[in-house]
This record gives sequence, C-alpha cells and structure tokens, in this order.
Amino acid sequence: MSNETLLSVKNLEVTFNTPKGDVHAVRGVSFDLGRERLGIVGESGSGKSQTGRAILGLTAANGKITADQMTFHDVDLANLTPKQWRKVRGARISMIMQDPKYSLNPVMTIGDQIIEAYREHHKVNAKEARHRAIDMLDAVKIRDPERVFNSYPHEVSGGMGQRVMIAMMLIPDPELIIADEPTSALDVTVQLQVMAILDDLVRDRGMALIFISHDLQLVSSFCDRVLVMYQGHVVEEIKASALHEAKHPYTKGLLNCLPKMDGDHSDLPILEREASWAEG
Amino acid sequence: MSAVKRKKRDGRNRARFASGPTGTVLRLVFSLAITFFGLLFVTFLIGRVLPIDPVLAAVGDHASQSTYNRVREEMGLNLPLWQQFFIYISNVLQGNFGQSVLTSNTVLDDIKRVFPATLELATIATIIGVVLGIPAGVFAAINKGKWPDHMVRVIGLAGYSMPIFWLGLMGLLVFYMKLDWVAGPGRLDSFYLDYIEPTTGLMLVDTLIEGDMDLFWNAVSHIVLPASILAYFSLAYIARMTRSFMLEQLSQEYILTARVKGISEHRIIWRHALGNVMVPLVTVIALSYANLLEGSVLTEIIFAWPGLGLYITNSLLNADMNAVLGGTIVVGAVFIGVNMLSDVLYRLLDPRARR
Repeated sequence: MSNETLLSVKNLEVTFNTPKGDVHAVRGVSFDLGRERLGIVGESGSGKSQTGRAILGLTAANGKITADQMTFHDVDLANLTPKQWRKVRGARISMIMQDPKYSLNPVMTIGDQIIEAYREHHKVNAKEARHRAIDMLDAVKIRDPERVFNSYPHEVSGGMGQRVMIAMMLIPDPELIIADEPTSALDVTVQLQVMAILDDLVRDRGMALIFISHDLQLVSSFCDRVLVMYQGHVVEEIKASALHEAKHPYTKGLLNCLPKMDGDHSDLPILEREASWAEG
Repeated sequence: MSAVKRKKRDGRNRARFASGPTGTVLRLVFSLAITFFGLLFVTFLIGRVLPIDPVLAAVGDHASQSTYNRVREEMGLNLPLWQQFFIYISNVLQGNFGQSVLTSNTVLDDIKRVFPATLELATIATIIGVVLGIPAGVFAAINKGKWPDHMVRVIGLAGYSMPIFWLGLMGLLVFYMKLDWVAGPGRLDSFYLDYIEPTTGLMLVDTLIEGDMDLFWNAVSHIVLPASILAYFSLAYIARMTRSFMLEQLSQEYILTARVKGISEHRIIWRHALGNVMVPLVTVIALSYANLLEGSVLTEIIFAWPGLGLYITNSLLNADMNAVLGGTIVVGAVFIGVNMLSDVLYRLLDPRARR
C-alpha cells in the first residue's frame, strides 16, 4: 500500500441555512487519505454522511461548504465548475448509497442505469457497454447477470439491489469509493456478503475506500483506520487494529455498548455524554 | 392422471392465462364492458325519472287520448321496465339513440356531425397544453423560488382565474377585429362551408384529404384562437401539476445517485426525473383531455363552434331528451375510453404497475 495522498481535507465545515438558523453539520474535519480504507463512525447527526457528500460536492442547495483545503490529487475540490465536477464524479470519486430501494431509478432497467454510468466516462458503443455491464454484474457475484440486466429495480431483492449499486458505482473504475452506510438497509445475513464483495473489488482494483457507518465493529473489521465523529467533530483517529486502545471517552463508551458473546450478561452501560466533546 | 392433479393443472393454466398479455386485454375489455353497462343503466334511469313525457314531446299537447295511447305503445313504454331496459341497450348497441326533436335528424347523425368538431378542438388544445405545459412546469421546478418559477405561477394563476368567456371575447376583439391575424367564429369562412365533404368530420383532416390548401389554412385560421384559449387552461393545469411532481421527484434519492455518476443535469432532469413524473402526469393529462372532449360550452358558444357541448346544451334547453341522453352516453363513453387509455399508458410508463 503506497503512502501517496489521494485526498486531503483540512478544516472542512458544512453549514446549512435553515429557517430556524444555521445548522453546523460538519465543524472543522481534517484528514488525509492514501490508497487505504478509512472508516468514519458516528451516531446519526454526527456529520459523517455530510462529510462524504461534501467531498463529492453534493451538499443540498441550502448547505455551504468551506475548507482550508480540499484536494483530490491535484484537483482542488473546493473550486470546481459544474462541468469539472462531472469529470470527477463517477469517474474518479464515486459513492455507494444506502438503500437500493430508493437510490435506483424505478422506471429504468438496471442495465440501462449501469451502462449510463459507464458510457458517461468511456466512449464505447452500446454493444461493448452492455458486455462490460454484464461482466460487472458477474463481478458482484450475481448469478444470472443477463436476467438482472433486463430487470427493473423493484424486481430484485435488497441484497441484489445493493450489488447492482456497487456494480454501477465501480464500473467507471474510480480511484476513491465513498460507501455511505452501504449495508444498513440490508438483512444482517446479507450485510456481510455485500461487504465482502465490496471489499474484494476495492482490494483487487486498488481503490481507496471511505466507509461511513454507525457500526463500529463492522468498520473496524473492513478498514485500516477509523475516524470517530461526534457532533461534527473528529474526536478520535485510530488504527482499526488498535481500537481497544482508544483514548477518547466517547469511543470507549461506544465500545462498551457492544454486547459481548462470552457469557457476560450484565446490563450494557449507558453512554454518559459530556458537553466538552462537542467542542473538539 | 388423477382428478386432483388434473384440477391442479387446470388451475395453473387459468392462472397463466389470466396473467399473460391476452389476460390483461381480456380483463381490460371486461371492465370496459361493465363500466359501459353501468353508464347505460344510469342514462336509462335518468330518462325514465325525468319529468318529461317522451310521448307528449312526440305527439304534442293537442293529441287525443287514443293517439297518445297508440304512440305510447309504439314507443314500448307500456312494457315492464326490465324489458324496456333490454330494448334500450340493444338500441344503443346498434347506434340507435332515437330521433332528435330539435334537429329532426337521428341523434347518431347529429353526434357524428358535432363530436368531430369538439374532438378536433380538444385534441389540438391538449397537444398545445402538453407541449408547452410540461416544459413550463419543469422549468419552474428547477428554478424554484426564482423569477422563472414566479412567472410560470403567475401565468398559471391567471389561466385559472380568468373567465373563459371573457378571454374568448377579448381574443376575438384583439386578434380577429383589431389585428385581423385570425379568422372569426365558426369552423370555416361561411362561403366555404358546403365545399367540403365530411369524411372524418375533422376539418383539418378533411381539407387535406381534398387537397385544398386554401381551405386547410382557412380551417387552421379558424381553429387557432379557440384552441389556444382552451390550451391556455389545460397548459396552466398541466404546468402546475408538472411543477409539483417534478419537485417531488428531484428530492428523491435516485437523483442523487445520478449526480454521483457524473451525468449531466440535463439528462438527470429530462430522463431520470421526467421519466418518473410522467407516470402520475399521464392521468392528469388524460383527465384534462376528457374534460375538453366533453365539449366546452362557453368556448363553443362564443366561437359559434358546432361541437358537442353546444349540442347537448341546446338539446337540454329544449327538453330534447333523446339528444341529451345520446350526448351523455357519448361523453360517458369518451371518459371510459380516455381512462382506459391512461391506464394502458400508465402501465407502459411504470414497470411496477405491470403484472
């Protein structure tokens, strides 16, 4: 794994202008990312998803992104025109969304949606694109790719839909994948399968991964490094293998909340929050 | 093969039959027939309940009792109600709606004459409404809260609040009288009227069939103003609905997915979002079209347009019951037909509705 920096974020802030006043979703997040797998963990509202969206410039219209630095290779993500964004999105940075039930277009066939992702960035004819898309469906371990290619999203299961999502986002061969809670909408039994498929593909193709989740356990088993976020701040950055050495009380609290399988049936502790954590 | 097994297979065959394309068509035809039967039942009841004596309408006030009785028997009004209903249904199915007292033609001939006039007007108005209304609604939605949005809303609101008879008269005053850009009331200039053989009854088509371009442009010049005015109302409605459907779709998750893929905003709006907007919009357009096909009485009066609305209204004012009921059946049948059509389109546009 090389140490070159792909993505560098310094002091990222995302603020939403709402009728009730400004909401600071992300406050001063900084991190560097090489060709590695970085996990971002936090509870809902901690700003982890908004961090992911800000990297793709897809913050909602009433949101404002500021950062001292936000670069991807030599591309300054803070100052891109819509046209320049389109060269980055999909082709170089892509994102896997949460729930295939809502994130796939219900009136377009799966094949059309995958082909569209590919042809946007690669000039090939329809036949070649179709061939590629079916290969890609095969790569995400869909047994009957021809049939799924011609199906509509409502005709496949959640796990299958999420594999389609992975195929669609990986087909243009981006360098960085942001996976925003990619398995949260799935059954527990399917979660690991889908994660394993994603993990294999990301490794094989040497992609970097930002894995956003609230599931500390899942993140630590698939990532090299973990950022723990709380109220828009990064409260701790730690190697996934050294999670048990976490110093921040919030991370420790989260780890303590996990039920143990070794027969300890005592009540799980309740996380006592301190106001000082939110100041970063 | 045991009886149970055979029965099972029959069941499966039937299930397959009912779910295939043939099954869909058959079910469609069946529900169409049921609805039409209901329509006939209602019109029959109205005809019997209304305090207009059809015998009196035919023989006049001064006929003797014996004449009255003879005519009553000829009309079958002495038969039991269920028999009358069967006779009524078989008559209607043969296209026999009776005679119009007012025009002394058969009602069928009258409808053949007036319905194409309304059909022509409604179709052109709907085409204009769709072609301009959908882009206007999309344009408003993607510029929500900015001036294009406000402009579309103001135009839409004006289209809603201006009375059509006023707009029609103003249109005639400005574009016909002052500017002389369009022709006046009627479907053709009066000295052309008997030139044209009513093959389809649609003036624009008939003149083209005859190959007479002068007549064709005369018909265009006559239809353009009433069609535009009707179109304005349907445009206002379609634009408003498109705007709200579009806003709903643009906030969906799959739009974000499309943006992540890096595809153009143009394609996101016109392919991804509009593809989903068309599903509910088809019903809106169909209903607005069906409303226009009913005949817009005010427009037809102002523009002396010999259409269905004018015909039914005149018949109603003269207690010409056969004509009214015939017209009602046509309007009802048109509604059923347009609804069926929108059902079929809905299925084509939304894969989730196909079974």
